[in-house]
Amino acid sequence: MELARHWRLKKQRYALQGEVCPHCQTKIFPPRDICPACKQEARTDHTFSGRGKVVAFTVVTQPPKGYEAQAPYVVALVELEEGPRVTAQLTDLGDEEPYIGMPVEMVTRKLRTVEGERGIIVYGYKFRPRLTVAQRA
Amino acid sequence: MREVWIVGIGATPVREHWDRSLRDLAWEAMHRALEEAAGLQPQALFVANMLAPLTAHQTHLGTLLADYAGLEGIEAVTVEAAGASGGMALRQAYLAVASGALDAALVVGVEKFTDVVGPEVEGAMAATLDADYEAEPGLTPAAQAAWLMQMYRERYNAPETAFMPFALLAHRHAVGNPYAMFRRAISEKHYRHGAPVAPPMTIFDMAPYADGAAAVFLAARDVLPPELPRPAVRIAGSAAATDRLALHDREDPLAFTAAARSFHRALEEAGVSPHQVDFFEPFDLFGVYVPLTLEAVGYADPGRAWQDAERRFGLDGELPILTLGGQKARGFPGGAAGVYQVVEAVWQLRGQAGDNQIAHARVGVVQALGGPASTAVTHVLQRP
Repeated sequence: MELARHWRLKKQRYALQGEVCPHCQTKIFPPRDICPACKQEARTDHTFSGRGKVVAFTVVTQPPKGYEAQAPYVVALVELEEGPRVTAQLTDLGDEEPYIGMPVEMVTRKLRTVEGERGIIVYGYKFRPRLTVAQRA
Repeated sequence: MREVWIVGIGATPVREHWDRSLRDLAWEAMHRALEEAAGLQPQALFVANMLAPLTAHQTHLGTLLADYAGLEGIEAVTVEAAGASGGMALRQAYLAVASGALDAALVVGVEKFTDVVGPEVEGAMAATLDADYEAEPGLTPAAQAAWLMQMYRERYNAPETAFMPFALLAHRHAVGNPYAMFRRAISEKHYRHGAPVAPPMTIFDMAPYADGAAAVFLAARDVLPPELPRPAVRIAGSAAATDRLALHDREDPLAFTAAARSFHRALEEAGVSPHQVDFFEPFDLFGVYVPLTLEAVGYADPGRAWQDAERRFGLDGELPILTLGGQKARGFPGGAAGVYQVVEAVWQLRGQAGDNQIAHARVGVVQALGGPASTAVTHVLQRP
């Protein structure tokens, strides 16, 4: 059931909480406590804006166990405004085709239901076409 | 460091072996390698496997296979580095013998994919990614390789047939390999009509997951008997490197940095320059890995490895690759994949490669990758 494994990742999954390096200001997601840029300790929390753009995407037609009901789904490499890239599904696409450079924003969605009578529902980040573009322009 | 020689090899055909178990396949490969080793006894067994804990609910393969093969009491351990498990197990055995800690060691790579099917296979393969940040959002290794294809074509303005030559070469070369799973050449027409897996990837851009076992027997030069039934092949260089595990953490996902690092270190150790290599076995679990590897190690300019590739990298070309079908057409037997590459290279260097024989082959380089060069292990093999 892996309850603890999912529970301890809730800040990352629900709020894109990562870190900022106090030495070189590099923004880090997922958190790793060692700055990948300057290799010094980095434990200062930083919550990401959730805005980004699509760098690459594909459609998963042969899903892993636990994801059968969602397939086919779009999984993308998303570059966050602050720099780091994340792996996430695209959602709420409607009739829109994803494209490289598509502006997207993070939303919280169900990732999967872990099998079994007392199976837990894993929530986490997905990205949808950005709704806030018009307001910001 | 002592000189380390390969004195025995063995393998099963790569197939969907519904009727055979993990231990049974492994035993056949080990038995053949031991037979060639002319009475030398291994002091340790290094097992390469990537998925048995997930697909067979079996851990502790070292003891299981040593026991099953009748190698009672010897030291045994499993080495896992995703698709590079076979290369990495060989390297551990090589280090043990080269250092003087052991005189002789047996390496066996084995995988049983077909005891599970469909989503369970994809789930097990996805466990080789970053479980929390790649697999949990639903990524699979195939989908990840599809990104690489898309990024490659985007960056270099490459056509949709850019990855085709590597599939065509692999299938053409597998015709002459009785151990291969798909022994039929394919045409451009076949390639263009491949069933989609994860666009732009089709079944012709990825290797089939299959069952098989392959084994290699290593010994220090100073313990070799004066007469061996088969010519011995020297491991002249060995090197491994890693990259960031999650592709999203890499500055440039198209730079196969670990592939380049391990390649150059292994060649340096062997005292061989890249143009002295007679054939190269890159790791084509996904077709896109091949141009990325050729470009990373310097056999092609960035974005250009696909150009004229069928000629340049064919059996009669300047650098033959995938000479017995690669993972694409021989089949991808997981943890055994890297050991099969070595077995095939030894065939080439012994002159046992039949219709696929590279004339006067003296130096072969094999490279096993775990993920998109997240782990890379390179070996330089040399005929004396």
